[in-house]
Parts: sequence; C-alpha cells; structure tokens
Amino acid sequence: MPAITHHIPDPMIAAYAAGSLPHAFSLVVASHLSLCRDCRAALGAHQAVGGALLEEAAAVAMSQDAKSNLMAQLDEPAAPEPVYDASGIYPGPVMQSLKGRPPRWKTLGMGVRQNILFEDDLGSARLLYIPGGQAVPDHSHNGLELTLVLQGSFSDETGRFGVGDVEIGDETLEHTPVADAGDPCICLAATDAPLRFKAFMPRLLQPLFRI
Amino acid sequence: MLTLNMDSPPGEDTVLRASPEGRAVVSEDQTFSQLTVWLLAVRDHRDREAFGDMFDFLAPRLKGFVIRCGARPALAEEIVQDVMLTIWRKAALFDPHKAQASAWIYQIARNRHIDIIRKERRPVPDELAEDPGTEPDASQVLALEQETLHLKQAIARLQPDQREMIEKAYIGDLTHQEISARTGLPLGTVKSRIRLGLGRLRKELKGLR
Repeated sequence: MPAITHHIPDPMIAAYAAGSLPHAFSLVVASHLSLCRDCRAALGAHQAVGGALLEEAAAVAMSQDAKSNLMAQLDEPAAPEPVYDASGIYPGPVMQSLKGRPPRWKTLGMGVRQNILFEDDLGSARLLYIPGGQAVPDHSHNGLELTLVLQGSFSDETGRFGVGDVEIGDETLEHTPVADAGDPCICLAATDAPLRFKAFMPRLLQPLFRI
Repeated sequence: MLTLNMDSPPGEDTVLRASPEGRAVVSEDQTFSQLTVWLLAVRDHRDREAFGDMFDFLAPRLKGFVIRCGARPALAEEIVQDVMLTIWRKAALFDPHKAQASAWIYQIARNRHIDIIRKERRPVPDELAEDPGTEPDASQVLALEQETLHLKQAIARLQPDQREMIEKAYIGDLTHQEISARTGLPLGTVKSRIRLGLGRLRKELKGLR
C-alpha cells in the first residue's frame, strides 16, 4: 500500500456510497478506495449509516407473487459479468473503464498524452501521462477537478502528490503542477467542467482537444 | 459456519440487548443481528428457508428505501428482486469481519439501483488485502454488530429535521444542491444540518463505547 497523504474528503466518500456522485468522480473515488485503507474505513462507516437507515426504512408491501417468483429464480445461472482486475498501476475501476485493454494514448503536445475514459453531461475522466520534469500547463478550473496519481509524482504550489494521493481543485485553485523528475507521472483526472488552460493553447482550440 | 470462540466472555459493556423490535439474537456466547444470522446461513449452507425469512423482513424495507430514492413502485419492485437475487448469488463475498450485514446490503442496493438506471456500470473499489498480521477474530464481528445497534439507537434519537437530512444524504440519489432545491433550504443550512446530524451521531457513538 502506498503512503497516502492526500485523501478524499469525507462528504465525498458518503456521496460515493449513496451513489450521488457523477460517474467521472465515482471512478476517481473508487480508484482511490482501491489504494487507501483510511478512506476504505471511512466508506465502511458511511455504509454502516446507510445500512442502519435501510433497516429502519418504512416498509412497503411487495406484490403477492414477488417472493415465489424470486425463489424460483435462485437456481438460474447468473449471466456472466466481465470482471476487471487491477493490472499494473491501474486499479480495477480504471481497468473496467479501459474494458481490460491497455490505454491508447493521444498526444497533446510537449510530451503530454491523454486517454479519455469517460464523458457525459456531468463530467469527464481521463488518464494523463506527463513526462518526468514536465510542467502541466498553468490552469485553473471552472468546476471541480479530482486528480489521482497512479505512477510517479507531481508537485505544485500546494504540495507533493505521490501514488494514491488525490488533489482536489476548484475555482480557487490556480496552480502549475510539475511532474517530478524520474518516471513519467500518470494520473487519473476527472472534472465536471472543461478545464481552462491559460498558456497551453488558445481557448478556442479546447473543444477540439477536449481538454 | 462461523462460530465465536472468544477467549474471554464479553464484559458487561459488550452484552447486547435485543433492539426494541426484537431483531437482535442473543445467545450464550454470541450476538448476531438476525440479518447476519440469515446471511451467514445463506452464505454457508445456501439455506433457502433463511433466505425466505430474510426476504420477508428485507424486501418491503428495501422497497420503501428504493422508492425514497426516487424509483416508481414498479421499478422499485424490480430493483428489490434484483438486489435480493444479488444477495443470494454474492453471499460468498459477505464477511462479517469487514462489514455489517445491513451495510453490505445497503451498498448492493445502491449499486444495483444505479446500474439499472444508468448504462455505465458503477465503478466499485478493488478488494483490499488484509493488513499483514491481522487475524480475523470474533471480537471484531461483535464490535461491528454492536456499533450497528448503537448507530440505530443514535439515529432514533436525532431531531426529525436532522434525521430527514441524513436520510436524504444516504438514501436519495441527491447531491446537497438538489436537497437544497427540494427542501427550499439554503445550501448552508442543508450542509450544516447534515454536519450537525453526523456530529451528533458520532458523539452518541462515542458516549456508548
């Protein structure tokens, strides 16, 4: 287990348990929970609250034949479900997003590459590959951005982020993350809004690159 | 079959009383909630009778719960059937050392509900290996069971408005923003009520330990 110092905030773990997070953020949270015992324990606590509320929920009668229908299904074989195990630096949730295949990197320039994993109206998630010593262009955020380090590390004005660490950026964070010298830094990043890059490329081009 | 062989009998503070609904099972040396007893019987013996009993207790509560999550009754019933079948099929994964029965079922219920509504399968974390040197032991199971009882008691003591907020955070497919829109309360109030409620829960738990 990596020594993790930057965690997922508790309310976000509760929202993950309840299923209230957009898919892109769930992906980052589930990946961090695959690496971090502390946050896993916090998840357990929130699941316990949810379980207690479930047990106390007001009962609504099931239809008459529901039970016999269900009991009749117990011997039916379950439809096979693909299982995606962690592979190398990628936790299971990322492998599920990649459908079990290795990433297909697309160059963004300056040695930076990305592989978009998921996109919907509520947000997007991607893998980012940043060569050691390379700066990710200075950017600020429209909305919320979660960045989980999977390999290597990066540093910015707020600290150093190693494997398993999560940086949380919002409107107030304007930063210049730099991949530390050595191995390329590979991150899983999710955002609920397009990133605003200040120096990297003109804003007009952003939709083109889907950054 | 999981048996509890405790080196020392539980002290006075670890003796559990039956909940007001009489759902805790107390025997000489073990205290499992009824839900855990059923789940272990299903896990270890594929016990259909236990599963049927669990259905009678759980299905109507799950249905009420899923309806509060925003599902129409017909869909709610479909989700409940799916959750119950998942419990039957995945019972082997239930480990009372790691999670309370109701907590385990809660997460299955939320996951299945979301998977049925959305196209994309919900990301779930990998299983974590045990810390080296940690042996599963019966006192851990007891401690978890106890915590659940305390939690339920603490929830029962919450102010109605606090309880409603907490319920919405854990039951509803709602963000704090949406809770705020639905209740007409400003966001700050919603958040502070949830915090107050959670803080109170934590304090209650501490007091009981």
